[in-house]
Amino acid sequence: MASPRVLLLTGYGINCEEETAFAFSRCGARCRIVHVNDLIADPGQLGQAQIFVVPGGFSYGDDTGSGNALANKMRNTLWPELMDFVLKDHLVLGICNGFQVLVNLGLLPGFAGAYGERRAALIANLSSRYECRWVELLVPENRSVFLRGLDRLSIPIAHGEGRFYAPDDVVRQLQGGGNVAMVYADQSGKPAAGRFPENPNGSLGDIAAICDDSGRILGMMPHPERALVLSQLPSWPDMTARRAPGQWDDPGPGFSLFQNAVDYFSR
Amino acid sequence: MVHRIEIFYRRPEMDNRGRQILDRLNGLGLDGSVSFVLLSDVYTLDGDFTAAELQQAAQLLSNPVVHQFTIDQARELEDFSFALEIGFLPGVTDNIASTTRETLQDTWKRRLPPDAGIYSSRVYYLAGGLSRADVEQIAVDLANPLIQRIHIKSQAEYLADGGMEPVVPRVSLAETTEVKTVALDIADEELEILGKKGIVDHYNDRGEPVFRGPLALDRPYLDVIIDYFKNVEHRHPTDIELESLAQTWSEHCKHTIFAASIDEVTDGLYRCYIKGATAKIRASRGDQDPCVSVFVDNSGAIVFDDDYLVTDKVETHNSPSALDPFGGAITGIVGVNRDTVGFGLGAKPVLNRYGFCFADPDDDEPIYRSPGRRDQALLPRQIMEGVIDGVRVGGNCSGIPTTQGFMVFDHRYKGKPLVFVGTVGLIPRRIGDQPSHEKKARAGDYIVMVGGRVGLDGIHGATFSSEALTGGSPATAVQIGDPITQKKFSDCLVKVARDLQLYHSITDNGAGGLSCSVAEMARECGGCLVELDRVPTKYPGMAPWQIWISESQERMTLAVPPENWEKLQELLQGQGVEGTVIGEFTDSGRCQVRYHGRTVMDMDLDFLHNGLPAKVLRTECCRVDLSPLELPPALPVNDLFLKLFSRLNIGSRSFVSTQYDYEVQGGSVLKPLIGRNLIDNFATVVRPVLDKPRGVAVSQSLYPAYSELDPYAMAAAGIDTAVRNLLAVGCPLERIALLDNFCWCSSHDPARLWQLKETARACHDIAVAYGTPFISGKDSMFNDFCGYDADDRPVAISVPPTLLISSLGVIPHVRQVRSFAFQEPGDLLYLIGELDKSLGGSEFQAMLKDEGLLTNGQTGLVPRVRTAEFRVVYEQICQLVARGLCRSLHPLAQGGLAAALGKSAMAHGLGAAIRIPDDRRVEHFLFAESMGCFLVSVGPGDRRAFESATADIPCLFLGEVSGDASLEVRQGKIKHVEVPVATLLAAYRQPFAAFQGD
Repeated sequence: MASPRVLLLTGYGINCEEETAFAFSRCGARCRIVHVNDLIADPGQLGQAQIFVVPGGFSYGDDTGSGNALANKMRNTLWPELMDFVLKDHLVLGICNGFQVLVNLGLLPGFAGAYGERRAALIANLSSRYECRWVELLVPENRSVFLRGLDRLSIPIAHGEGRFYAPDDVVRQLQGGGNVAMVYADQSGKPAAGRFPENPNGSLGDIAAICDDSGRILGMMPHPERALVLSQLPSWPDMTARRAPGQWDDPGPGFSLFQNAVDYFSR
Repeated sequence: MVHRIEIFYRRPEMDNRGRQILDRLNGLGLDGSVSFVLLSDVYTLDGDFTAAELQQAAQLLSNPVVHQFTIDQARELEDFSFALEIGFLPGVTDNIASTTRETLQDTWKRRLPPDAGIYSSRVYYLAGGLSRADVEQIAVDLANPLIQRIHIKSQAEYLADGGMEPVVPRVSLAETTEVKTVALDIADEELEILGKKGIVDHYNDRGEPVFRGPLALDRPYLDVIIDYFKNVEHRHPTDIELESLAQTWSEHCKHTIFAASIDEVTDGLYRCYIKGATAKIRASRGDQDPCVSVFVDNSGAIVFDDDYLVTDKVETHNSPSALDPFGGAITGIVGVNRDTVGFGLGAKPVLNRYGFCFADPDDDEPIYRSPGRRDQALLPRQIMEGVIDGVRVGGNCSGIPTTQGFMVFDHRYKGKPLVFVGTVGLIPRRIGDQPSHEKKARAGDYIVMVGGRVGLDGIHGATFSSEALTGGSPATAVQIGDPITQKKFSDCLVKVARDLQLYHSITDNGAGGLSCSVAEMARECGGCLVELDRVPTKYPGMAPWQIWISESQERMTLAVPPENWEKLQELLQGQGVEGTVIGEFTDSGRCQVRYHGRTVMDMDLDFLHNGLPAKVLRTECCRVDLSPLELPPALPVNDLFLKLFSRLNIGSRSFVSTQYDYEVQGGSVLKPLIGRNLIDNFATVVRPVLDKPRGVAVSQSLYPAYSELDPYAMAAAGIDTAVRNLLAVGCPLERIALLDNFCWCSSHDPARLWQLKETARACHDIAVAYGTPFISGKDSMFNDFCGYDADDRPVAISVPPTLLISSLGVIPHVRQVRSFAFQEPGDLLYLIGELDKSLGGSEFQAMLKDEGLLTNGQTGLVPRVRTAEFRVVYEQICQLVARGLCRSLHPLAQGGLAAALGKSAMAHGLGAAIRIPDDRRVEHFLFAESMGCFLVSVGPGDRRAFESATADIPCLFLGEVSGDASLEVRQGKIKHVEVPVATLLAAYRQPFAAFQGD
């Protein structure tokens, strides 16, 4: 099968679309960055893509709650096309603000395909502070096609509202059903157990990412596009100092996630 | 009918914002008296809405998983003492309300009528043993009374009234759209009042004149204006003409002090020393000249590679930040982003940087602007927190990585903080068939204003009268930052419209608003004709002069050929950006403005720009005789070494760096925090083009502690360090450019002017010697505070003369990038460069004073920059870096070798053992802020190559990196320092521990 087409949303304060598109392109996908209003004017564009991405950023400046205003906009203007898209064998990825949008849209957790129902929230960090830092992530056994073959990742987060919250029964269902896609961990790879800064925002169950039951929709607070190549890593100046092997643009820890998404369509 | 939707968390433990405010109040000395704070978000809807619509609105504005809401009902809370509501004053931009309107319109598929008002506010429920006076104090801390309203109720009042009342902050302005003629044939005293206090707006009910705010036109300027209108125009000026001249001729816009003839420097400091240095360097570089656009545009630009330019600009926003730290800082950073978007045909911002000069945040001694303990100035801690927050929101919301910055603390910044903000941009070298840095409005082009609407915010910059702030009238003084509005037009212009070549020219609206941006662009074609009534305003009733000079934020001015307008308009509308044709550019030689068809301004463009008389300034030498510091015979070196790290100027400020998104755009290479222990970096590197290995390096340096001792040495040290910082991270010397920001005080004082001249002279000498050109600069000349202390005695606080040098460099390949982190035990340590014994103005000297270990009145010598020797060293450093012979490099700066050694060790938690020569006191060795020096670590396998490469430059073997996580300094048989790195790290993290977010 030919390389998949990726449609990445932009506009109204979304700001990670270029580097996220670059990541997909590096893995062989064909990317289009489309303004929200252009998509609303011509929703048919969505049907031409196989992967739909809501990149990170500050849509609507977080007014009325992070991700909420853009989710409202999409629910009001794009819902039928979105449903059509997710019910097909397509992938959806929400990173950071995009994760907040997917949760507010009710595309996640989307238990048993119950899309549209809000069952979780991403609220202000427990530190009450915007946090930009690199975190260790553990990938538990889960349904997500994005994370196949991955067990640990070291990539950055950057958000003020990333504290995953859901009622106990929802958290249990996520954990028991293979819907928890990433958890914050310590240096040794054990779950952070809520400790700061390993768990940078106070997320319940150290949850950093969740997927729906189909495994085709993933929402994550960390930014894999910021760990795409080696020169983005905090250890890059150590690698250059020690003349470690590896070129500046060799794959970094976030690369596999995009590669998995692209490979999904070349099975 | 007015409705009120109140949204709040289901459970108190979800309410982190409340907890954050609790922490903040505890930090302000209300410890223990507040037991909890809970928040509600309130949406006030004024209009005809059905119960079902209100219910739906509340659902849309909340998340049922975590939120509850009430509609037209008080929130029920068990125990609280006071409810405090903070909302916006009439006319203040309310972004949350605009977003809410859009959400509701989308949902209901109908436009809400313009008279249906939507307003956002917030209620804080406070519990604890609080008095109303306590709550009033809290309110002043949480709200900005210039733009926000405050409403306080005790629990009893709240219950009796059934909650807070809905408040509709609708603007009701009387129509004051008249244009006044201002007679200039008046008495001398009246002229002086006109210049100082401004035009009389009206007379109050006591018959006293109410002024519009200072024109800051002194007598020689007024004389020229009188002469022009009498003899050229044969009439009196209108108010708008006079306001326009005042804006255009302001110190802020024309830099009159830097342009003035000063002593023997008849060309002026700027032309002779700053521009002069760049011209010499460019001439000497021939076809290797890195400069492309210097001093002519909103930013300066150098070559990045064959395909791109990088631009840079650093601004200050000091006065606004003193009054409204959050607002001042956010408008500062978002404003300097526009200097990037407004460069050439529009560059894309790729990096933000910042620099803050504050007083000690623990200083809680109040000072007042007015006698009788009135108008208390904000406390240093409030200013610090507000400024940090402002840059965070501005930078993060704009999707621009904020990678580099500093904080400097000195009690002399208590009256006025210094807030530096800078933005680096990227632009293709050619747009279509045209060099991207060239732009020219043409006669016949439409004048198009893009972005936010014009309001009364930011009129006369930071001057305002309290009369203007009573109920029903909008806030005028403070500019409101709205990064999302700017992000929208920035994306639309720089990512789409620019490359479609839809406009001929672009500039930003900053100081002076349209009066400056339009008149400035009009010079490109020779005239303009503006129809002021077409300018979209936030509310009706603004006077023409107000529309013309308002500094409302987030606006650009474009020159658009008429044939492109339809396409541009469609593009703007599609991305939710407002753009309006407000006139056209002409070649009439005149700046003409009409209002509803009537000419309100019609002046010679050349007079407007060049009519101001040249100033002639004289200085008075105030050179200080310096003598070496006499140290007490025996100092506790080990203790002092440790203490140095817990000083405000050396300690970890990682709590700032981690609040700023330094990773966005995906190009981060060398980060603001280094090693697993996150040690503050002095320079950062990004890759602005995702598929290229080429990097942009940035750093900054300043030595305000040297200014009163030797301003020439102060400037030299700043330039030397800013350059050295970039060399240390792998940037070649010939690819470094500089920016200058002068923040001076009392600039009418001939002694201060002498310091200024010395500083500018040093800028010239050092820049020329290193071949590092200045490409952009800015000055802020009056950073003085005159007020009263708690005993009502007059106090005057002036900032120390402060020169910030920012450096910008291009690194050909990021494999060349190095950090300062020690790598592995056994690596060899060297000091490159010659140590200076001078301790005058050093952080060490300040520490000795604070510890009571130094007799008063000592100056000390100030470190010197010996450019000829240093340049040889720097060229060798570039060779070492290119050959990969250094594993880490740390330049010596504030804190000297001690700081460099400690930080390099702490990064990865490694130790080091060094041995120093016994030809001088250890204090000189460890703590002198020697210019021209680097601490370098080298892999043992490279020893030979390294030592032979450094045979001809000063290079001293110091010792080794060790694995036992302890720092040791020996001299002969004496072990002066032995500190576990963990102890050092604890000291380093101590100064701002209260601000760390755990």
